[in-house]
Amino acid sequence: MSESASAAAIGFARRWLLPRSVLSGMLCVLAAFAIGALLIAAIGRDPVLAYLSLFEASLGSTNGLAETAIRTVPLAFCGIGIALAFRAGVFNVGAEGQLFIGGVAAAWMGLQLGGQPQWLVLPAMALAAAVAGAGWSAIAGVLKLKFRADELITTIMLNYIAIYFVGYLLHGPLQDPGSPLARTARLAAEARLPMLLEGTRLHAGLLLVVVVAIVAQVFLWRSVAGFRLRAVGHNARAAENTGMNVKAALWTGFLICGALSGLAGFSEVAGVQRRMIENLSPGFGYTAIIVALLGQTNPLGVLAAAVLFAALQIGSTTMESAAGVPSALTTVIQALVVLLLIGQNALPRLFRRRAVTGS
Amino acid sequence: MEWLADPVLAGFIAASVRLSIPILLAALGGMFAEKSGVLNIGLEGMMLIGCFTGFITVHFSGNLWLGAGVAVLIGAIAGLGLAFYAVTLRSNQVVVGIAFNLLMLGVSAYFFRLAFGSGTASPRITPFAPIDFGPLGQIPILGPLLFQHDPLTYLSLALVLGGWLVMQRSTIGLSIKAVGEHPEAAETLGLDPIAIRYAAVAVSGALAGLGGAFLSISATGVFLDNMTAGRGYIALAILILGRRHPFGVLVAALLFGAAEALQLRAQLLPSGVPLQFLIMLPYVLTIVVLAVSATRSGAPAALGQPYEKGGG
Repeated sequence: MSESASAAAIGFARRWLLPRSVLSGMLCVLAAFAIGALLIAAIGRDPVLAYLSLFEASLGSTNGLAETAIRTVPLAFCGIGIALAFRAGVFNVGAEGQLFIGGVAAAWMGLQLGGQPQWLVLPAMALAAAVAGAGWSAIAGVLKLKFRADELITTIMLNYIAIYFVGYLLHGPLQDPGSPLARTARLAAEARLPMLLEGTRLHAGLLLVVVVAIVAQVFLWRSVAGFRLRAVGHNARAAENTGMNVKAALWTGFLICGALSGLAGFSEVAGVQRRMIENLSPGFGYTAIIVALLGQTNPLGVLAAAVLFAALQIGSTTMESAAGVPSALTTVIQALVVLLLIGQNALPRLFRRRAVTGS
Repeated sequence: MEWLADPVLAGFIAASVRLSIPILLAALGGMFAEKSGVLNIGLEGMMLIGCFTGFITVHFSGNLWLGAGVAVLIGAIAGLGLAFYAVTLRSNQVVVGIAFNLLMLGVSAYFFRLAFGSGTASPRITPFAPIDFGPLGQIPILGPLLFQHDPLTYLSLALVLGGWLVMQRSTIGLSIKAVGEHPEAAETLGLDPIAIRYAAVAVSGALAGLGGAFLSISATGVFLDNMTAGRGYIALAILILGRRHPFGVLVAALLFGAAEALQLRAQLLPSGVPLQFLIMLPYVLTIVVLAVSATRSGAPAALGQPYEKGGG
């Protein structure tokens, strides 16, 4: 075997199997787990037992894997949406609210179309969720583009407003007539996503999100609109000077994030809860921000990051009961992953500066 | 003129002041950071960690002022951590702020569970009590506005005055503003933009920490997960509405305190408005405020831009 062939093989591995961004992400994840282990040891618990019980619960059985896959779906939907928005330079952190609005829209559509065939009901629900989520995100878009109100603050405020608004709907107009609880009536069988694996709760939303991730990856790197998105996010003024429509790119960022987060709500309603409930999300939209960053805002990377964070979340309650480590540790680990990643990305710049000032 | 002495009105005014203090302190802190050119998105997390450390200190020591002091200290340390990223590593300040907020959410929940378990009975402390000003507290309007509060509230108002003195009437304030407007020029005048930004962000963390502690050791006597509930982000909007001026921030914070007091009172009255719409009020107000005031914000010229010594 010649040297050039082996070099090509290494090049192939670097490029397609383990690009530097993946390696650095893995390194940060490992480091975050190490710091987490210190935190566990500091409170007199056993880190090995804690992590073993965590991953045993999330990856060690068919059911655990299925639960992890179920949890991956909303995280990946929201994460990909957030990643594309970040690419456009839009700090849309409103996925949580867009998910709730999408979920309630999907449930409403599903209840309206009760009795219709499944091929009609499910796409209609998904469409309603995507449109409603995008519409909710568009509020922040209008506020940003017409009033120059910072989307970071407006989207967070819109999250609170969305959750209370959905709470109102579930206590009022959309409440299940036969129940005192704040939830809609149960969806008919036609309005539920098909199950994928006998004996588990795994639903077809997983297939949907994998397709979305692939399409988003192609869109971002192989389409004109994706190129414009990246160019505007990288340097809006330069993009404008070359004649690109900056506003269109920003709108794309807002609307895609809203639509995909809405689909997260749809898949939770149609695949998991089978109705709209008040606590549809334990903060998927916020965790997804971290997922998007860990995935280096690459849709396929985001999907992989979503699997990891889903496993963390699924295993956290078992870790709490088996090893006595509070489940909030997983939130700490998630935040540490991002902080390490940001720090790592900044290091070359730091050393270059040192070198310059040192000379 | 009987309505002037109406107990409902008096209660509303007193509550408006009480509810405005946490966001007032956080926004005042945000002012120092932003005037120096650093966008402190981490205010929310710094409030939360102050809220938690203040509570837990009071719970185990029984000393309210020690709790306030610890919250200030921890907030300042968190500020230094954020400054390391924003100033030294020159990372994206929005991303760093979001990550810090998540970290504080996790850390506070982790140690709270550890200290108190996950039982349903939430621990309580005896919060600060209002100072008794005797007849002064009974004066219509002014009484509930000024003379029915606890020491931490008066400290907060004093800090607004102090913030004004430092920012508008001292060379320290001038240095901070110079660094925020034009760090290169400031450096040629012999100022150290890096050190000044570190100090300003630490001060912002200290004030946000105290603001968070107010929620647990003054307003309620309990700690809940994610107790700050977005107040750190609301403070960022307050800052814009108050034009990054201590007195402007005070007025804007009072407006929000009034909105929150109003919704809390309206919940008890048969107003016909659904509860959820009332709770939304402060959040909707934040958006409206941003929409009307953002276009003329007058932000420091170098806000959000990292500074590199010797030029980039």
